[in-house]
Amino acid sequence: MAQDTADMSGKSAKNMILAEGVTKTFGEGDSKVHALDDVSISIRENEFFTLLGPSGCGKTTLLRLIAGFELPTKGNILLDGQEIGHLPPYKRPVNTVFQNYALFPHMTVARNIGFGLEMQGRSKSEIKQAIEKMLALVQMEHLANRQTDQLSGGQQQRVALARALAPHPKVLLLDEPLSALDLKLRKEMQIELKRLQSETGITFVFVTHDQEEALTMSDRIAVMKAGHILQVGRPKQIYNQPARRFVADFIGDINIFEVDLDEVSGTTGRVTLPSGATLPADLPEADVPAGAVSVAIRPENMRLADARDSAAKLKGTVTNVVYFGAGSNVHVALKGGSEVIVRTTGEVLDDGHEVGLILPDRVQVLVD
Amino acid sequence: MGAVQHSGADARLDEARRRVEADTRRRRRQLLAPTLIVIGVFGLFPLTITLIYSFLSPGVYGGVTWEFSTDAYVQFLFERDIFDDTLSFSGTYLSIYGRSIGLAFGATVGALLIGFPTAYFIASKPPSQRNFWLFLITLPFWTNLLIRTYAVLLIIRDEGIVNLSLQSIGLIDQPLTILYTDFAVFLGLIYSYLPFMVLPLYASLEKLDFRLVEAAYDLYATRFQVLRHVIVPMAKPGIVAGCILVFIPGLGAYITPELLGGGKELMIGNLIALQFGGSRNWPFGSAAALILMVVVMMSLIVYVRYAGKEGNSHG
Repeated sequence: MAQDTADMSGKSAKNMILAEGVTKTFGEGDSKVHALDDVSISIRENEFFTLLGPSGCGKTTLLRLIAGFELPTKGNILLDGQEIGHLPPYKRPVNTVFQNYALFPHMTVARNIGFGLEMQGRSKSEIKQAIEKMLALVQMEHLANRQTDQLSGGQQQRVALARALAPHPKVLLLDEPLSALDLKLRKEMQIELKRLQSETGITFVFVTHDQEEALTMSDRIAVMKAGHILQVGRPKQIYNQPARRFVADFIGDINIFEVDLDEVSGTTGRVTLPSGATLPADLPEADVPAGAVSVAIRPENMRLADARDSAAKLKGTVTNVVYFGAGSNVHVALKGGSEVIVRTTGEVLDDGHEVGLILPDRVQVLVD
Repeated sequence: MGAVQHSGADARLDEARRRVEADTRRRRRQLLAPTLIVIGVFGLFPLTITLIYSFLSPGVYGGVTWEFSTDAYVQFLFERDIFDDTLSFSGTYLSIYGRSIGLAFGATVGALLIGFPTAYFIASKPPSQRNFWLFLITLPFWTNLLIRTYAVLLIIRDEGIVNLSLQSIGLIDQPLTILYTDFAVFLGLIYSYLPFMVLPLYASLEKLDFRLVEAAYDLYATRFQVLRHVIVPMAKPGIVAGCILVFIPGLGAYITPELLGGGKELMIGNLIALQFGGSRNWPFGSAAALILMVVVMMSLIVYVRYAGKEGNSHG
């Protein structure tokens, strides 16, 4: 077991995909669009890596560049140390699970799964073996001879996965593969995908606009916006220490305060809230200039307290309480006029109640 | 008590269902009526006359005399000796049918090879531009087939554009004889019926999901393999329809072989026309027409059965 862990950590240091200064533009002249603008990224071997961002952020374009459906306008893409930027898709040891699955409707489930190996010219027995193995992996043995249009959405999803995994690619690309499934099935498939990734040991590059999905499944996440990568990190890092205002805003609920920063020293400093209270702060990069900045505090990192509590650095009035089962989001109007959300599992307060807010020990400074 | 009520409701439901079904059937019949009348009057009725005429004797100045005879069909396969009335096998008409089928088949393959890339090209254009290209494909229909065939004649004749340009660039010294050959008929047939190939091909290629093409590329299929394993199978309904639409009219073509083949090498269409004209043998013309129809129908049945089987397997 220890051996395994050592092995895996050894592997994970190696880069599977390395993109260097990749730019992709569509169109010409006035209608020219920068889908990707000088993007560099490294994805490690055996990693579940997620490209997260709103539609139009360039995440799908980056995926298509790795797959070979588009060629980069500028920059290099290396796969396992080899330059692949200008190879056609069929010469790249990379397979894709498409958003709409793109199963071949004129072939059975089994032939769909064997298609990649068939095109590679593998022997019949090898293909047959691989199909059986893949069918077992996605638990679809009983449907091998079905036509793909007789399958449910979840089953089609499994076939698409099996088809893309069958040739054992170095990297599996997944383009929002769960977006067409209903919530319950989506949750199941999230766990299923994690299982497949660890069982096959293949590097997964997953594209989604669903932040919860990204946090649940990923080893690392790259948050993208308008053709740029804003932040790369482990889910916890992305969630708890967002570096950019956009990242903080995009992932989960968050309260953003406009504050004054001083006492900057390396990646720490001290911020002063409008109410006059001060807090130690973490900076996303060294030597952020002192002055007006934003800080982010998650609703679950604040606590409600009595209005007279001396530890309460902010005071306000409850305006709304939204119950969501496991707890409630309490909306509090601050004395300055802005509104914050505090998550509580405790007692439910009435609107109009005067409350104090206890802030976390440290806060995260955001840059734009 | 409950059960009785229940069965009463069931009976009423059945009754209502029957009435709706009867209504639907009647409405369908009414909708079909115009078509049935047209087919009956202009299709089945003349066909019946043709069938009857084919079993009568030819009149001296055309037309028929009302005497039962199977001579028309006998004549198709055998030659009657003028002196002693003995029959000997003759392949003359069979060879006309054979050449017609060969030419029509060749033209179908040619039209498919030319039409497929064309249809693919149009289908891969943005939707807003497709209508323009389809318009260009249908443009020849604005001119009469006879005139278009004369145009082809002018292009391929000894002093035509083809020969003159080949001579002027020094590829040939003597004009190539294209006109009045089977090759000219072959060219003419492809030209005349190409739109009938392109349009159904386009219709099925337009529905092709190009993401499937991407998926195949992604799964290590080369361009040719994508064509063979994805595009062609998905376009099969269009290929079948296009081939039928070119092969059948090509088989019965009259104007093209008459003008471009010089009428010396007969095709079925010319043979039939000749029987009703110069040869004044209406029964034989009728028989030849019916034999053509049977050949066409049989090849259609085989074709559709083959294509239907393939079609079922991908829904």
